[in-house]
Amino acid sequence: MKKLTKIKELQLMANTIREDLMIMLTNAGSGHCGGPLGLVDIFTAFYFNILKHDSKKLNWDKRDRLILSPGHVCPVRYAAMARAGYFRKEELLTLRKMGTRLQGHPSRQDLPGIELATASLGQGLGAAVGMALAGKLDRKKHTIYCVTSDGEHDEGSTWEAVNAAAKYKLNNLINIIDRNNIQISGHTQDVWPLKNLKERYEAHNWKVFEINGHDFKQIISMVEKAKKIKQPVCIIAYTIPGKGVSFMEHQFSWHGKTPKAEEAARALTELNKERERIMKRK
Amino acid sequence: MKTKQKQSTRSGFGQAMAELGRNKKVVALSADLIDSNKLNAFIDKYPQRFFQAGVAEQNMVSMATGLALEGKIPFACSFGVFVPMRCLDQIRVSVCYNQANVKLVATHCGLATGEDGATHQALEDVAALRSLPGITIIEPCDYNQTIKATKAAAKLKGPVYLRLHRAKFEDLTRKTSSFQIGKAQVLQKGQKITIIGSGPIITEVFKAAKELKFKPEIINCHTIKPLDSETILKSVKKTRKVLVVQDHQVIGGLGSAVTELLSEKYPVKCKIIGMPDQFGESGKPTELWHKYGLDSRNILKEIKSLIK
Repeated sequence: MKKLTKIKELQLMANTIREDLMIMLTNAGSGHCGGPLGLVDIFTAFYFNILKHDSKKLNWDKRDRLILSPGHVCPVRYAAMARAGYFRKEELLTLRKMGTRLQGHPSRQDLPGIELATASLGQGLGAAVGMALAGKLDRKKHTIYCVTSDGEHDEGSTWEAVNAAAKYKLNNLINIIDRNNIQISGHTQDVWPLKNLKERYEAHNWKVFEINGHDFKQIISMVEKAKKIKQPVCIIAYTIPGKGVSFMEHQFSWHGKTPKAEEAARALTELNKERERIMKRK
Repeated sequence: MKTKQKQSTRSGFGQAMAELGRNKKVVALSADLIDSNKLNAFIDKYPQRFFQAGVAEQNMVSMATGLALEGKIPFACSFGVFVPMRCLDQIRVSVCYNQANVKLVATHCGLATGEDGATHQALEDVAALRSLPGITIIEPCDYNQTIKATKAAAKLKGPVYLRLHRAKFEDLTRKTSSFQIGKAQVLQKGQKITIIGSGPIITEVFKAAKELKFKPEIINCHTIKPLDSETILKSVKKTRKVLVVQDHQVIGGLGSAVTELLSEKYPVKCKIIGMPDQFGESGKPTELWHKYGLDSRNILKEIKSLIK
């Protein structure tokens, strides 16, 4: 897989992945739209620029580890993996179907390249801490990235992991929080207190940065900066759930459902127009 | 030979860990229970491979998962009432679904935990874990066997639960006795009835057996999952009567595993001795076993009733 360094190339790839998502989720008939669409730019940046990885050498010891803690948004990872050469893109249409490797929530045993099966929220960061401890013990150079959701900060176990990373001064661990302000029952602030996320991480002795999760320049440069910091780093990435499809953006009602055929057609038309706009850019 | 001195299974674990540390892949975690989990010797020798997990058992199991997926052999230790009871979800999804090579170690299991009372007597742990796909459950009967079980668990690839105890008992097995995960051990060949047990409570079975005019067959079923159906069926086909003795709730423990097997393959008269769907209380292990009918007196009574 060729590393994409130009912003326009990354934007086009993200646009393609959004199209993939609409097609695969419509075909699956169940699953989540809001979270995956909102994370497309971050996953595009990871798989096509940031990650040290090789889609043909899955057990390469020196690869960076990417843990996706909220397993329900896995379609975005599947689509990014397919486009990055982990498997044929036609397989995306098997999402959630009987016999598929693309389980409704990601399965490490079924799909090589998934570092950790996740689904039950609040477990990914703790496992990432364990991987980071192992990396330290073996004096390895790779980085452990964990994508967490804002909603899963309701879980006490997430905060146990936050403490653990600070105790062990894990400077090889970067947690990217998908701050999209929605969870399944509504807006995060209405469901469960989640104010002062930055200050709460700082109180736990993490370094915290905030970025626009749709700005490739910010995503890539902030990760580069984070890697040089000698303590665990949290990047709060502000994202728009449903990003790229106007009628899904910011709508928590799209957290856990998929489009009907005519809605998918509208979404694809919008994405196609966006593609034309990107093409016209320098 | 058997050691005369009384020792606990958790001490056997501590001894085994100090030896296992030679393997650089072996790491240990404890949720603020270093002394209770008998990890001092391991930590003295290999401090860099011990990870204090704080009073945060859920995260300890998650960390152990991450360590295991990176090739380490983590032993995550706590009391049975906390691991597995507090972090069952982590054990199910992170450990078992990922088939992570995590060893879960619970000291202080059963009524034999004693004076700490009901909150600290893990009596439901086997029931909670037994239905999880891919997990191996081992309850060694004494100090000697725990050393072997711990080393065997380190060699076995996949999730293992070691069910250990605080109270001290005389050894039932010898240092030279063989131990194999999944292979039940016939401690006494006999007739008329097969008594199947796990853990130090087997000492009560021997006390009861001494009062009989015949020798019952006594099986130490140290591996509760996967169950050694071959050894059990062979014995039961001979005796046609079964008594299961466990320091665990009657519901969901070794007895349930045995009767699930027998009801399908060879239905015979069975009785399960265990905690009768109640919480325990403070007291000495032997006092508690007496009160709740897990002692030799009640075992003897149930044997006589079964063979009548």
